[in-house]
Amino acid sequence: MSKEDKPVDEHSGIETTGHSWDGISELNNPLPRWWLIVWYISIGIAVIYMILMPAIPALPGLGTNTPGIRNASDRDNVAVAMAELNVERSVSSNALLGASLEEIQTDRDLQQFALAMGESLFGDNCATCHGAGGRGAKGYPVLADDVWLWDGTLDGIETTLRHGIRHEGDDATRFSAMPRFGRDKLLTSQQIDDLTEYVLNFSGRSDDTEAVNRAAPLWSVQCSSCHGENGMGDRTLGAPNLTDTDWLYGGQRDDIYSTIYNARNSHMPAWGDRLDDASIKALAVYVHSLGGGE
Amino acid sequence: MGLMDKHGLLERNSLLLTVGILIVVSIGGIIQMAPLMYMDNTIEKVDGMRPYTPLELLGRDIYVREGCYVCHSQMIRPLRDEVERYGHYSLAAESMYDHPFQWGSKRTGPDLARVGGKYSAEWQVDHLKDPRSLVPESVMPPYAFLARKSLDIRQVEDRLRTERIVGVPYTDGMIENAKGHLLAQADPNERGYDYVDDLVAEYGEAAGRENSFEMRDFDGDPQRITEMDALVAYLQMTGTLVDFSTYEAEDLGNRR
Repeated sequence: MSKEDKPVDEHSGIETTGHSWDGISELNNPLPRWWLIVWYISIGIAVIYMILMPAIPALPGLGTNTPGIRNASDRDNVAVAMAELNVERSVSSNALLGASLEEIQTDRDLQQFALAMGESLFGDNCATCHGAGGRGAKGYPVLADDVWLWDGTLDGIETTLRHGIRHEGDDATRFSAMPRFGRDKLLTSQQIDDLTEYVLNFSGRSDDTEAVNRAAPLWSVQCSSCHGENGMGDRTLGAPNLTDTDWLYGGQRDDIYSTIYNARNSHMPAWGDRLDDASIKALAVYVHSLGGGE
Repeated sequence: MGLMDKHGLLERNSLLLTVGILIVVSIGGIIQMAPLMYMDNTIEKVDGMRPYTPLELLGRDIYVREGCYVCHSQMIRPLRDEVERYGHYSLAAESMYDHPFQWGSKRTGPDLARVGGKYSAEWQVDHLKDPRSLVPESVMPPYAFLARKSLDIRQVEDRLRTERIVGVPYTDGMIENAKGHLLAQADPNERGYDYVDDLVAEYGEAAGRENSFEMRDFDGDPQRITEMDALVAYLQMTGTLVDFSTYEAEDLGNRR
């Protein structure tokens, strides 16, 4: 069928497709000009894109896709962006790295920077366990008070951050292990009952003098090497002071019984591998500033 | 214009038209898919990836069953803020043993691609049991029932065998001893004691290094192996397998 043969609709003067269904035929209007122009431009842009950007997948034997003359790569881009970010930060973070923790704390500018940086790092990494602002939760120490299991000095906090507590795979991690007195059948439940009274007695909350007396020799043998004869604890072992009103795992009779029975050896991950040195320092200063730094 | 004038033949013959449409459409598909079979940079060169241990695999099944992917992605994109927050961007190789992958497309909660080891296992358990006790503003539902439900390990060998059919390189030993390996990871001191060495050897060899997984009671209840044990074992492993000290982003095969 050549063009001349195309039938033309008599009424409108527009050519038809030539198909006829029960005497009804279809007008063959051309595509709108603006639409055609946009379409051709799109094709042009696609060709330019294929030249500039990685586009055409490999033909067998070529190994990889065409890199395009811009040789763009998302992974390169993010590497550049991270490098730029590090340069931007390096002025302040180098200042952090070059100063001791005490100097950071006394230099107003450095301190402001460390606190701002520490706050955002804390929110992202630490607040999930220790709560916003270090308010803590049962089993997760409050960082905003002056009770410290291990060490509340700037350097001590930095060590804890860097190496964690009972973190497997870090040789310098803070470590101690309370025995599971009940579960491992080191003590009978009667003995644990007595020891519970003994612990309660430290804070003057036991009426059962007999039990306390029964437990005294047990305490000397089993507990005092870490918690001290008077229950004052030992920071080098992370053994808590049992005479005060601060309880990480609850201070009620049931809680204390359960602690002696099952032991509590909680774990804090080491952050030395995850965070860079400047971040660790900033966090140490931030945590120290929360309310209880020593 | 001889050929063009013959389009009437296609238009009048529906079977021919269908065949024609299929040919045209499949060209697009072939161009997208066929190169993946032979392109060098389809296969990323990384060290450390290994098949999931049986406990991790069953934990992953719970992750899928509970629909964790609906709110959590496992895909750190190569963008500055994501790398800042979550760590190294995800590699294709990190999903090589995922059937199906858990990239997800929605982040109601944070990305979990590198959550492994970020928090303690105790935290994961406490948080899964009652998210709001630790993160008051969380909208995550509690999954306390996982700690009460015993893990169904009856078909774990078949589970591994199925993975092998779709290409995960489980060895005969891994499949045969799957139950023992699972017990060894969840209860290394008692029920699984006899299999600990085998578990360490098999999966250590696959990963090319030791200590690519923890062996312990995860959920705080050493008497039973629960679904919580499995899920936390899986979560504590996510994103920790690839050895980034030997990863070369500049390698042609790693360019994206």
